[in-house]
Amino acid sequence: MLKTWLNIFWLGTKELRSIMSDKGMVILIIYSFTLAIYGQATATSETVNNASIAIVDEDHSALSGIIANALYPPYFNVPELISADQVNAAMDQSQFMFVVEIPPNFERDIREGRQPKVQINVDATAVSQASLGSSYIQSIVTKEVNLFVNRTDNSAQSSVELVKRFAFNPNATGMWFGAINALINQISIITIILTGSALLREREHGTIEHLMVMPLTAFQIVMAKVWANGLVILIAYRVSLYFIVGWALDVPLAGSSLLLLIGTSLYLFAAAAIGIFLGTIASTMAQFGLLVMMVIIPLMTLSGGMSPIESQPQLIQPVTWFLPSRHFVSFSQAVVFRGADFSIIWPQLVTMVGLGGLFFGGSLLLFRRSLATSS
Amino acid sequence: MADDKQPLVCIKGLSHVYKKVQALDDISLSIPRGLMIGLLGPDGVGKSTLLGLISGARKLQKGSLEVLGGDMASLKHREHVRPKISYMPQGLGKNLYADLSVNENLDFFGKLFGQNSQERKERIERLTKATGLYPFLPRPAGKLSGGMKQKLGLCCSLIHDPDLLILDEPTTGVDPLSRRQFWQLIDSIRQEKPNLSVIVSTAYMDEADGFDWLVAMDAGQVLDTGSPQELKTKTATDNLESAFVKLLPKSKRGDSHSLTIPPLAKSNGVPAIVAKGMTRRFDEFIAVNNVSFEIQAGEIFGFLGSNGCGKTTTMKMLTGLLPLSEGEAKLFGKPLDANDLETRKRVGFMTQAFSLYGELTIKQNLELHGRLFHMSSQKCQERIASLVERFDLKAQIDEKADALPLGIRQRLSLAVAVIHEPEMLILDEPTSGVDPVARDGFWELLIELSRKDKVTIFISTHFMNEAMRCDRISLMHAGQVLVYDTPQQIIETKQADSLEQAFIHYLEDASQVQQQKPEKQETTTASKPEDIEPVINSNLATLSSPKEAVQGFSLTRLLAYSYLEVMEVMRDPVRIAFAFFGSAILLLVVAYGISLDVEDLRFAALDNDQSPESRQYLSHFSGSYYFLEQDELHSVDEVERRLKANDISLAIEIPSGFGRDLKNGHTPVVSVWIDGANTLRSGTIEGYVEGSHARYLTQLATDAGIDASAALKVSLQPRFVYNPSFESIYSFGPKTPALLLLMFPAILMAVSIAREKEIGTITNFYVAPTRPLEFLLGKQLPYLGIGLANFFILTLLVVFVLQVPIKGSLVGLTLGAFLYVFAATGFGLLMSSITKSQVAAVFATTILTAMPTISFSGLLQPISTLEGGAYFIGTIWPATYYLHLSVAAFTKGLSFYELSYDLIILAIMGPILVTIATMFLKKQEA
Repeated sequence: MLKTWLNIFWLGTKELRSIMSDKGMVILIIYSFTLAIYGQATATSETVNNASIAIVDEDHSALSGIIANALYPPYFNVPELISADQVNAAMDQSQFMFVVEIPPNFERDIREGRQPKVQINVDATAVSQASLGSSYIQSIVTKEVNLFVNRTDNSAQSSVELVKRFAFNPNATGMWFGAINALINQISIITIILTGSALLREREHGTIEHLMVMPLTAFQIVMAKVWANGLVILIAYRVSLYFIVGWALDVPLAGSSLLLLIGTSLYLFAAAAIGIFLGTIASTMAQFGLLVMMVIIPLMTLSGGMSPIESQPQLIQPVTWFLPSRHFVSFSQAVVFRGADFSIIWPQLVTMVGLGGLFFGGSLLLFRRSLATSS
Repeated sequence: MADDKQPLVCIKGLSHVYKKVQALDDISLSIPRGLMIGLLGPDGVGKSTLLGLISGARKLQKGSLEVLGGDMASLKHREHVRPKISYMPQGLGKNLYADLSVNENLDFFGKLFGQNSQERKERIERLTKATGLYPFLPRPAGKLSGGMKQKLGLCCSLIHDPDLLILDEPTTGVDPLSRRQFWQLIDSIRQEKPNLSVIVSTAYMDEADGFDWLVAMDAGQVLDTGSPQELKTKTATDNLESAFVKLLPKSKRGDSHSLTIPPLAKSNGVPAIVAKGMTRRFDEFIAVNNVSFEIQAGEIFGFLGSNGCGKTTTMKMLTGLLPLSEGEAKLFGKPLDANDLETRKRVGFMTQAFSLYGELTIKQNLELHGRLFHMSSQKCQERIASLVERFDLKAQIDEKADALPLGIRQRLSLAVAVIHEPEMLILDEPTSGVDPVARDGFWELLIELSRKDKVTIFISTHFMNEAMRCDRISLMHAGQVLVYDTPQQIIETKQADSLEQAFIHYLEDASQVQQQKPEKQETTTASKPEDIEPVINSNLATLSSPKEAVQGFSLTRLLAYSYLEVMEVMRDPVRIAFAFFGSAILLLVVAYGISLDVEDLRFAALDNDQSPESRQYLSHFSGSYYFLEQDELHSVDEVERRLKANDISLAIEIPSGFGRDLKNGHTPVVSVWIDGANTLRSGTIEGYVEGSHARYLTQLATDAGIDASAALKVSLQPRFVYNPSFESIYSFGPKTPALLLLMFPAILMAVSIAREKEIGTITNFYVAPTRPLEFLLGKQLPYLGIGLANFFILTLLVVFVLQVPIKGSLVGLTLGAFLYVFAATGFGLLMSSITKSQVAAVFATTILTAMPTISFSGLLQPISTLEGGAYFIGTIWPATYYLHLSVAAFTKGLSFYELSYDLIILAIMGPILVTIATMFLKKQEA
């Protein structure tokens, strides 16, 4: 038993040296955990941000001017004034996501209580922004009209007051969510590519055969790759979490940082196992590249980081259960934002280990067979 | 013809450096015309570099080089002489396309030199008939034996009737009979065409005896030049190998004593290896056929045979790396068991490629292996110290294995194999490419291990003189053992002068047996000298001269590369499957999977009032399609806990006295908690909550008899354009193909060129008169086709499976897809131009395309909402414009004219990327 772990340890040190001596790979890892995360996190800003908007002002009154001024950054770009006949062409060209049409005699009709109609055109192909943006515009217009008429923003005597609070992210800063997701995506991509290609490279250089004729088992060889590559990513992750996510992006961590690290290690195990698995079934680097594509795109898009799991069709939801990234996303969100503790998120941890074990076992089964085909 | 007195090659002060390694060191040399020139010397002395430079495949660094009367530094001269020079790089069939048939390979080379189809057909027929390849025209090059590959390589080099033929180690690793036939072939070609100059490099000194003029090289320098006889006379030796050693500087000559091998002590123990009827099949191909032998303990047993004859496969079976298809094998009397770790400890293995970890130093390599055999730290250090001493590795102990010369790597490899003091060593061609002095040194170590330490040694080689040193050898050919006995006995049986002669006799016997069975004939078919006559028939001169037709941009060459690529892709079903089915599956997964339609939100209420009024309020939530009510909450603590556990995303607290306050005209305050962790959803939830709240208020007012709508001062009418039902699929259906049509073609494209670089077929591009643009566009064309086919599949899926109709211009969409795939493959070309290996190409392409396409091109967030660098990347990334165009053509229903802005930008991007790729693609190697 002890010998097994010693072998795994020594083989792993070799892996570490290999990674460190590959300058291109080191640069890639550093880029992925710094600039790439910063870029993605800051890009994922508030859901409605700098939305392009135009106003068709056929009233040219003080009130219509007030409304135009009330739509301002960061939610909206400074509105452009266009004429009514430009609306369709402009929206066809996606120049504007929203166009607000204020009819003639708008202010006079308001004063006389005639309830004028304001049309808000929304480009609904931008699904996520469309509904939210239009409700923002509606509430802004209502508020300004109320202010104008009553000199108070108390809308019609409301009999029940509604107080909204955002748990875990009081200002609903979108970047928090984006930063954690970017981090998770980078872990998935880099871990899978790194471990898979570490195996393929050994196969291509023939060194794997050398290992296989020594008193080493496939388990030891694979395990060594998993821990060594996993450790490198884990360190990169920790450093990135501290400097990029925590310090540069200022995302608070609600839960236990130790728990987060443990969960991440387990996910790394699962992701590395997938990488090894792909490394055993691909026979050339070109095939590996394509396989990685096939795996990484679903891993990233269906994990719940891009769109909520609950929104996915019933057909897909059970399938995504097999993606370790789905469990890691929900684990990370729970720990980072909700401050969840072990008693709450243990099922995710168990599932990740189970899925990792599944891929790990699969690659062991295919290991010798892959050696035979590579020759 | 040109002036015969002018030298063929004139070199002055030529130096060449790779990073830190000095490959050529200030060489000056003049090579005469019309002769058979031999470049002599072991691997790594600069022979290949010199040949690469002469052929124009490598870029001149320092010094001057004139070939065929012009300066090779001048592009104009290179373009002028390319059709006259032919270059066959080192490595068996390295410039051949393994998936293509013999005929297709030859046809491709003919096209590169601008020959028309009639001319190609005639030339191919003549060349293959002369070389005996004619019956094998339809066979893929990868399935030919080593000797036949060399012949095919030669045919490819001769197809354009060159004046100068450059062959880099053409016979290394080929069996002796094929080797002899190869030289006969070259001789008869030279008789046909006396003005043909041939430059050949070789590591076999005995071959060089037949050449006209020799250049002996070592360590990047020329030792001496002259005819074989001159060299032998100068050094007062009777053979070239000794002459070469004499020419070396003193320090390198090693001990001049010849190798003596003490006789083998008889052992009566269990044989170390017993093989009985071992057979290994790969699909239909039988690599090893019914092989049996016994190796005694302490014996040096040699395995002699050409490349690809099954030596390596046999060794791999004995080490447990490959399972046996049939037969059995015993190691130390025990049946072979791949999982038996104990037996593995008794065996040391050295693979053909010296499988060391190049990134580790000598010391680290040794330590790692010692550790893996569980030597204690102290014992490990002692053993390393003694091995370093014995194998003379001390000086380089802290250098990385990659940086070591071949001879030292070989010794290190042996040291690694014996670190655990094994009883048996299995060595697969441990001496290929190593110079004669180092080889002798290596053999001294082996003999010492065998006779002193009683290690059984099982070694494979293709050098006859090494085989002579073994106690017993077995001759192997085409998967079968022809004979196994002591070398002396084998020579005597065939009454031959040398082992090589005897081997040739055995091969001839074997081929006669084989010829009785048609279809089985391999290497040794009819290429008897008399068949060779019409190789370069003077009639060919009457055909249109290719040398005039190759200047300028050539569509033929471009299409030659396209055809080649199509053939290769067609024969790799895995790539085809990925390209078509992979993207189709991903389309369904992604377009279905990404959905921002929020419904069935789990919420729970903390109803502190439990009055009819509070229940009425809550019914506006539970009755909504968007919300799904969960078990009621009982305390504020529970709210927090269940939000944390992600059991609910929304909690509503109704204060006690809600109903009473409402009746009394006080304003009760309802609190809601929204899960803000997932900001993609929290905004939407907020909107839904406000909507339900507003509906409650309206109803309250209506119940009280007030016309609620009248109370509103303004009527707001949102109009959701293009997607009134507001379903994600109308957005992601058209958007997802943008992701797939970029990434798949880009990666396939990048790999295709990186693969040529890695395999070595890129040399054909370096030496043929192909222009970079012809090469790139030619390679790109098939992938453009694949991309377009992919586009049609994806579009059909979007329309018929995802049920998103095309409301706008299909022509515009198709043209957009064409331009987009052109840009995507252009990006792949760029990536492959700047990377060297397939790994790097796949990595760089995946990582550089994934992020901008997924995050910055408007897939989820419109470009305009991005900021800073992300916005900038978004505006220059092709996916942005295709995504926009695709949505516009599908959902917005725009006409061709209205799509023109995106089309124009996409049309510009492809050519820009291809232009940059062309600038990065070098026409010569460094």
